[in-house]
This record gives sequence, C-alpha cells and structure tokens, in this order.
Amino acid sequence: MEKIFSRPACMKPAPFHYCPGCGHSIIHRLIGELIDEMNLRENIVCVPPCGCAVLAYDYFDIDMVEAAHGRGCAVATGLKRANPSLMVFTYQGDGDISAIGTAETLHAANRGELITSIFVNNAVYGMTGGQMAPTTILGQKTTTSPAGRSARVEGYPLKITELIAQLDGAAYVARNSLATPAKVNATKKSIKKALEIQQQGIGFSLVEILSPCPTNWKVNALEAFKYLEDVMEKEFNPGVLKDITKSRKA
Amino acid sequence: MSDKVLMKGTDAIAEAAIRAGCRCYFGYPITPQNEIPEYMARRMPEVGGVFLQGESEIASINMVHGAVAAGVRTMTSSSSPGISLKQECLSFLATQELPAVIVNIMRGGPGLGNIAPNQGDYYQATRGGGHGDYRMPVIAPGSIQELYDLTMDAFDIADKFRSPVLILGDGMMGQMMEPIVIHEKPEVELPEKDYILDGARGRHGRVLKSLILNARGMEEQNWKLKRKYDLMRQELPRCEEYMTDDAKLVVVAYGTAARIAKGAVKRARAGGLQVGIFRPVTLWPFPDSALLEVAKKAKLFLVFEMSTGQMIDDVKLAVGNRIECEFYGRPGGVIPQPKEIERIIERLWLQKEL
Repeated sequence: MEKIFSRPACMKPAPFHYCPGCGHSIIHRLIGELIDEMNLRENIVCVPPCGCAVLAYDYFDIDMVEAAHGRGCAVATGLKRANPSLMVFTYQGDGDISAIGTAETLHAANRGELITSIFVNNAVYGMTGGQMAPTTILGQKTTTSPAGRSARVEGYPLKITELIAQLDGAAYVARNSLATPAKVNATKKSIKKALEIQQQGIGFSLVEILSPCPTNWKVNALEAFKYLEDVMEKEFNPGVLKDITKSRKA
Repeated sequence: MSDKVLMKGTDAIAEAAIRAGCRCYFGYPITPQNEIPEYMARRMPEVGGVFLQGESEIASINMVHGAVAAGVRTMTSSSSPGISLKQECLSFLATQELPAVIVNIMRGGPGLGNIAPNQGDYYQATRGGGHGDYRMPVIAPGSIQELYDLTMDAFDIADKFRSPVLILGDGMMGQMMEPIVIHEKPEVELPEKDYILDGARGRHGRVLKSLILNARGMEEQNWKLKRKYDLMRQELPRCEEYMTDDAKLVVVAYGTAARIAKGAVKRARAGGLQVGIFRPVTLWPFPDSALLEVAKKAKLFLVFEMSTGQMIDDVKLAVGNRIECEFYGRPGGVIPQPKEIERIIERLWLQKEL
C-alpha cells in the first residue's frame, strides 16, 4: 500500500505526552512539517520553554537548549548573536513569554533580534496544574482565581502580542487560532512567514497561537475547540498585527 | 609580544578576556565595574566579536547561556546586587555543563549597599548562590597582573571542566591601576567542544537540558557533577604564601584584604615579629591541604576579611582543631589601613604570648 501520510522526517518516532485535545501536538506537527519543507533541520536551534512543552526535545530531532523560565528570548539572542548563520526559534507559553519573561521578550523584539517566537496561548498554566496566566480571560476560573478572574483583583488579560507589534524592531507579528482545520492551515502559513522573515534578516518575528487546554479548562476536547472560537478569539483577535514586508513592497 | 603598561583592574580583565579568545560579552551597567562593558563595547568590534548591553543582569547572563551553547567563549561581569540576579542562570550553566566566565567586582552590601570595596559575597560565590547541588570554581586575584593572568586561566578552566567560573574581585581591585605585562594566552590543550549547538548537520539533534523528571536520573546527574567537582578539588586549588616558613602568626586573607595585610606583615616583621600571610587564590576549591601544612607549623591564625567573617568557615574546616583562629573584619565597604591590621597583630602577639 502506498504511504501518503507520515511523521515529518525531523520528528522522532515518539508518541506525544500531551493530554488529548491539547494544541501542542498540532503546533509541534506544524513546526515539524515546516522544518522539513523549508529544509531547516540541519541549521535550526530551538529554545523550548518551561511548561508542558519543555519536553519538546523528545519529539524534534534538532538542536535544542533549555532556558530558564521566561528567558527564552535572551538565550535565543545569545545563540543568534554568537552564530548568525543559525535559524533560532523560541517556543513559549503565556506565562513564559508574558509574565516571567516579559522583559526578555519585549527587549529582544525591540532590538529586532533575528529570531522567531512561537507563543502558545491557552490562558492557563498547564504544567503546574491550571493556575491563572496573564492571558486568563476575565471571569475564567483557575486554581488561583477560583472565583473567576476579576479585573479589580487580577487585572486584565495581557496582550503582549499587541505590545510587541508596536515595537520598531518587530517585523512580523501575527495571531492565529487552532479552532478549525482551516485555521490550523492558516497558523502554518503564519509560522512559515515568520521563519522566512528571520531567514531574510528583516527583524523579530512572533506568532501567537490560541490553543486549547481541555484538561485545565475542565471541558472535553470538542467543547475546548468551541471555547477557543467563542471566547478566546473574541478576547484575542486573530490576524496579522504587523508585517513590515507589506509596506516595503508598497 | 610582551610589554609593560599601566592598567586599571577592570581593563586588565577585559583585555585578558579578549586575548583569551572571548568573542561575546553581555552585561548590564553597575558600579564599580562599568569600565568592563565600556572597554568591551570599544574593543569587541575590533576583533569581530559581539558586545551587547542587555536589558538586565538576568537577560545578560541568559544571553551568555545562548552564546556558550553556540560554542563561543563568552563573559559577563557585574557587581554584587547584579550577581544576585544572575544566580538562577548559573545553576543552569552548571548542570548543563556549559563554560562561561563571570566577573563579580564586589561592592558594599547587603542590599543596594554602596560602591566601596567589600568581600561580603564570599558565601554566595563559594556556596553557590543559585539553587541545587552544584559548585563553581571561584578565583580571587590579588593584583592587577593576577587579574589579567587569572582571567585568561578562567577561560581555560571553564572549557576544560565545562563549567561556569567566577572571578571574585572587589571595587579596589577593579579601580586600582598597576603596571602589568600584557601577554598572549599560553597554549593549553583543551577537550573538543562536542556539545555545541550549530545545527544538526549530518547528525542527530543535540539537547542541552537540565529537566530530569526521573529522580534516579537526576541523582545520577548530581553524582556525575560531583565526580567532576572532585577532579577540580584535586587540580585547581591555588594559594600564595608570604613569609610563612618561620611564622608563628599567619594572616589568612584573600584579594584586597591580603594586599592590606601584606603591608601590615611587612611592618610587623620590621618590628621583629615572625608573621606571614597565607592567601587563597582559589576560594573554591579552597586550598585546604596547603593551609593545613601551614597550620602544622604556626601557632595562631588571624583570618582577616572585609566582611563580618565568611571565609573563616573554610579556614576552620581546613584546619579543624589544629590551630587557634582569630578573626578581624571590616564590613560595609570600609577599607582598613595596614597599620590597623598591624595593631591587631601586635595585640594578639602579646595576648597569646607568641
């Protein structure tokens, strides 16, 4: 029988440890496909996060260096500055990139570091058991906002992607969602664009991906995808927030 | 090439680093060591290296993390409060077994303290200010020439053992000027860097990580590091002895304190007192056995530190009950005078009937 679908060649034959319905598995696959399609496997380094995706190195057969929580963009800066011929990307969650690592992220973007950040936003801290994230929706119940997040007590969902889009060093900033197969395909296109921006040496690129966490949202997988579309996408509007290559062409 | 020039401590460190092949420097300004990043900002472009001022001490040391993972000799420098911020990443560097050189030009503390010379960071430096069961070589130069020479050595030690190495100076060492001989780094045979991340060309991906969820695996990593630290304990201890052969009283001091003590010991010798100095050059590993030999000959140790007393713990661990240890210290950034130490020596000489 002819084989028409298989694991990307840059990925290891290891079953994902992620919960059923988790978005990390989808995003991993998209990245794996792009590394193959763009022929990047032998020239790319990933800086994985602290969080559920810390084990990304179990799935990708590429060079990786694990950073301390939130420090991904600083470590990626060091890698890229030391060896500018490398493609470097960070894979970070909402807590990593917009709580403990806000400073490292904003400043790397502002310097226009030639790196790419893949920012997975599921509005909770997954690995530690569902605590509140900077991106937790108002009213959303988590283990550390058991009555639901209130603006008065915990403040508002932090939109770091919008902040980054304001910075002169950021060349491409997009937000995508995994809510439907079409949106998954669009997510892949954004990641591809972000990596191309890095290849072309234009500036910092970031793709935020709204991703389901059924376990900590305490819903089933189908409900999680519905929540993604009905609630997450309303709070965090998908789209290309910045693309300086467009204005250049014009 | 070798010529003698008048050089400031901070500049000597920076120039030695460049000549030792350091090609990436990341740092954040803090007094009294700003001349290091300033020197690097001027000098790095001349040698095709990277200078980048990070947005914080934390960012800077994590940039170091990335650069050494890419295989480049890299340094960062700071002063006491800034070094506190770097501790998280030092723990990562230690267990991911990555070489880096970190300079701490100590200032008065705790807290924001002041910008005067101080030795209050001994515990933090030698006990591992970061989390987890790791050690890190700590080198304490006692002159500008030594700052230059030992900075070069620090890069070799870091590469040989794949470990972060700390150079522990203070505001006096950093700001003082002395004539020194500028020379190229001696050739040293070092292991191949087979861990670096340069894209998995023709090989499988390499992973530099510290997360080991399996406790037995984490235990094994700790024992692996311990075996390396044991090797360091055998190979690295260094010290300098000054007139200890016939000394009844030996001052034990490092860095700037040892410089001050030397003046006091010279004066006391002139007055007929048999005194000497034992100066640890490596603070970790501590030169235990050399100190024990001195303890066997002498009658009294005077541990002198510009702190309320930290290294004295290591002195006591090294010598046990073999010799009595007195302490004199001036914390907070006060620079004691040689005659002040001389008075302490004279008082002890009479009190203890040496």
